[in-house]
Amino acid sequence: MEKRVVFQNRFLPYLLVAPQIAITLVFFFWPASQAVVQSVLREDAFGTTSYFVGLENFQLLFEDEYYANSFKVTALFSTLVAVLGLSISLLLAVTADRLIRGTMVYKTLLIWPYAVAPAVAGALWGFVFLPGPGVFAWLLGQMGVNWNFHLNGNQAMFVIVVAATWKQISYNFLFFLAGLQAIPKSLIEAAAIDGAGPFRRFWTIVFPLLSPTLFFLIVVNVVYAFFETFGVVHSLTRGGPAKSTEILVYKVWYDGFEAQDLGGSAAQSVILMAIVIGLTVVQFRYIERKVHY
Amino acid sequence: MIERRPIADMIGHLILLAAIFIVAFPIYLAVIAASHTIEGLSQAPMPLLPGAELLTNTAKALFDGPQMVGVSGATPAIVLLGNSMIMAISIAVGKIVISLLSAFAIVYFRFPLRNFFFWMIFITLMLPVEVRIIPTYKIVADLGLLDTYTGLVLPLIASATATFLFRQFFMTVPDELVEAARIDGAGPMRFFWDVLVPLSRTSIAAMFVIQFIYGWNQYLWPLLIASDYQYQTIVLAIGRLIRAPDAFYEWPVIMGMAVLALLPPVAVVLLMQRWFVKGLVETEK
Amino acid sequence: MKTERISARPAVSKLAMALLVGGALVAGSASSALAQAQNRIELQWWHAMTGALNERVNEIADGFNKGQDKYKVVAVNKGSYPETLTAAMAAYRAGKGPHIVQVFEVGTGTMMASRAAIKPVYELMAQNGFKFDPGSYISAVTGYYSTSDGKMLSYPFNSSTPVMYYNKDAFEKAGLDPNKPPRTWQEFEPVLRKLKASGSTCPFQSNWQTWIQLENFSTLHNVPFASKSNGFDGFDTELMFNSPLHVRHISNLAGWMKEGLMVYGGRKNEPNAKFVSGECAIHMESSAGYATFARGAKFKWGIAMLPYYSDVQGAPQNSIIGGASLWVLAKHKAEEYKGVAQFFDYLSSTENQVWWHKVTGYLPITSMAYETTKAQGFYAANPGTDTSVQQMAIKPPTANSKGLRLGNFVQIRDVMDEEMEAVWSGKKSPKEALDTAVERGNRLLRQFERDAKRS
Repeated sequence: MEKRVVFQNRFLPYLLVAPQIAITLVFFFWPASQAVVQSVLREDAFGTTSYFVGLENFQLLFEDEYYANSFKVTALFSTLVAVLGLSISLLLAVTADRLIRGTMVYKTLLIWPYAVAPAVAGALWGFVFLPGPGVFAWLLGQMGVNWNFHLNGNQAMFVIVVAATWKQISYNFLFFLAGLQAIPKSLIEAAAIDGAGPFRRFWTIVFPLLSPTLFFLIVVNVVYAFFETFGVVHSLTRGGPAKSTEILVYKVWYDGFEAQDLGGSAAQSVILMAIVIGLTVVQFRYIERKVHY
Repeated sequence: MIERRPIADMIGHLILLAAIFIVAFPIYLAVIAASHTIEGLSQAPMPLLPGAELLTNTAKALFDGPQMVGVSGATPAIVLLGNSMIMAISIAVGKIVISLLSAFAIVYFRFPLRNFFFWMIFITLMLPVEVRIIPTYKIVADLGLLDTYTGLVLPLIASATATFLFRQFFMTVPDELVEAARIDGAGPMRFFWDVLVPLSRTSIAAMFVIQFIYGWNQYLWPLLIASDYQYQTIVLAIGRLIRAPDAFYEWPVIMGMAVLALLPPVAVVLLMQRWFVKGLVETEK
Repeated sequence: MKTERISARPAVSKLAMALLVGGALVAGSASSALAQAQNRIELQWWHAMTGALNERVNEIADGFNKGQDKYKVVAVNKGSYPETLTAAMAAYRAGKGPHIVQVFEVGTGTMMASRAAIKPVYELMAQNGFKFDPGSYISAVTGYYSTSDGKMLSYPFNSSTPVMYYNKDAFEKAGLDPNKPPRTWQEFEPVLRKLKASGSTCPFQSNWQTWIQLENFSTLHNVPFASKSNGFDGFDTELMFNSPLHVRHISNLAGWMKEGLMVYGGRKNEPNAKFVSGECAIHMESSAGYATFARGAKFKWGIAMLPYYSDVQGAPQNSIIGGASLWVLAKHKAEEYKGVAQFFDYLSSTENQVWWHKVTGYLPITSMAYETTKAQGFYAANPGTDTSVQQMAIKPPTANSKGLRLGNFVQIRDVMDEEMEAVWSGKKSPKEALDTAVERGNRLLRQFERDAKRS
């Protein structure tokens, strides 16, 4: 992965990395270290009293059945968002790819939910599902479904999965389409001449060639579901009912912002940071290998 | 030649049209909601056809809407949209500039501590601002940057996404180019400006789109940093309108504002989609 | 203080006039006006009011700023209640705290635990020479934010109490007397059945279920919600809302929900939409919901007091408030505190209290304001608007009905919500759920007590 040809200069490289390192130190490492310090303290909300309590915050966290629950919820939510988002967008991309006309138009019309803020996406879907005037809620009511996502945990999960997936489909779609268009048509034609039907061609040729894109998208989607869906959960379900949609990032925010439990929240931040660093290393190693390859 | 089947094509078009319908539906509803009075909207189910109030409600959103969160003055929505624009563009440009430089250093130089810097930057790759927001606030306050554009922008530039992408792209740039530059007697900065930056155009464009949207969509950070209405953003204003205690929800106006807030980032994505996709895919490969 | 302000004004305006004239001659009037504005001491007031209420808040600040020229109150909306509190907290830690911050009633325990960060209102007023007569306040309102011996810690700003709204058209359709809403929970069930028989898909719903169906339910029946006078007498309080009476009530609600006599629409004020659209016939909501319904509902509706179980001795006792109060933060200059005190004095004036009560539906905090509103004929012209005050003042508050003072109350409310939702969805029996809620809530109280004892 290393460049064979490089420049020689004693000071220039430091100068070049300086701005980013400075900002990273001041606005990332320093606050992150503060979070680590905070995680072994108990303080009142305004920080007028502060006591060192060792690992008490962590201990409380692991005794809290809802913290384990939050991991489970996060795993379920991320899996659903990744699987649904990827399979729907793959279907759309394959469909768009084999059409001769209209691909560009479809692409343009499918791409823009990417630009919608999670909080706004939440507000929009909340409006669709709102018991009462919400169109979808009304439709389900007419069909005899007892729709109430404020009470039914599965329905609440459904709502946030829909909103979160909706936002991510366009991004996945673009990558899949680009990946598909990069596959040489001659390969597929050769297989067709050999008598392979469209499904066989897809599974034996297209899908394997698409797997790097797929892997990349899995990582991106999981990260998205883990960290960037806060706005969706916050504006739609607020983690409820009965914590059935309380994903990890929401819990960090809730304990810190709503409950003013800074120590507990900081302890969760520390655990999250560890997870993030782990994920980064894994992702990075993978991409390293790929570039090598 | 692969067989063409008109029926399969038809189904294909239908699937895509259905997808577009679903993707567009919430936005369509927002526009519809913005075109009715609150009384008209309060029926179950809500009306699905546009009403006559779109202009009134959008005008309200543009001029009165923000007033509901306390912005007074002649052109509040323009201030909000302008701030969002300043914030989004500064974050995008800032990230691109510092990331181009650091990626250049890491890829094209060998120097002590290189690996150390490298990991330092990449560890920040995914950590969202929410989990370190209170200590970060304190730093910004200590630096005297509350209620300034700098305070809004600078801390959000600390992420490694762009550095990562540029690094990946630089790795694919043929070594021959460096050799050629060296034979021509060009120094590193010459090479950077004349060769590397022009080659990175698509990656830069892709980064711009991603970071513009990231900056535009911020809610929590501006909420804490900007007490002065002069520095508040449009997404912040909407976020507030839907979190009102004891308040009457002016859904038509809120939806009108949501539509206004969507326009600029959607425009950026649509206008730049060609480079956006190309830039990301090229780098990713 | 007041006289000083009034006598100072002409002198200052004369000076200003002189400056203005002089300035116009020399450099134009803008710069002198600016200079004058800059000399004012700025007082930051962070709040969570949006929409029309935010407009009202700005009007208050404007009114105060126009009435004197020494201080300038700057009202800033900082998002939702929790967001406002967090913003103030983060700012205080950074040494940039606002002078005044609006904190919701469940945050009272959190504020009190940060003793060094707050300036109690009684102290502020006394130090700045304002007479403070606890007797002139409606104690059911101010008591919530006062110490056990009646010292006001924070200034009650927007207080409301839950009341019952009902759709008169729906009552008529069901053959019920629209002017006779059910007064007791015993009368309630037959009414719900009639409403359902007439085709209503949502005979009854309630906003803020923890606040209305457990907290206010307790005070209305004069039973403790928690020990130690609901936490007023110490941090070693324990929750007590799993008594047979509470279980009986929650069982009734659960049974109604099963039969379709009641509908659950969410923890906060999400259910409002269904009342406004006419779908729900009876709706329990804060008295401050008045403005929303007055604007949105296209049918005849009425307001009544909350029902009670008539076989419970002492019921109905008074209901308690919700809403928010204004806390003054520490570490500001003495002359700034003087301005804050003056601002609170301005807020308390009968004229302002009456205005605030009338335009927002929030409760007045002084008896004088209530009497004045009454004398002006406002209640007669707007029937039902005094229901809240009457319900609050029905009897003098007891140890069980003064208010609630619990630490970690935000989380405790969420625990209650979760366990109640488990009942509504049939996962737990009412007894089981309330026992669990008490047990989980007590754990949070112990955590809070531990933290408080350390300091």
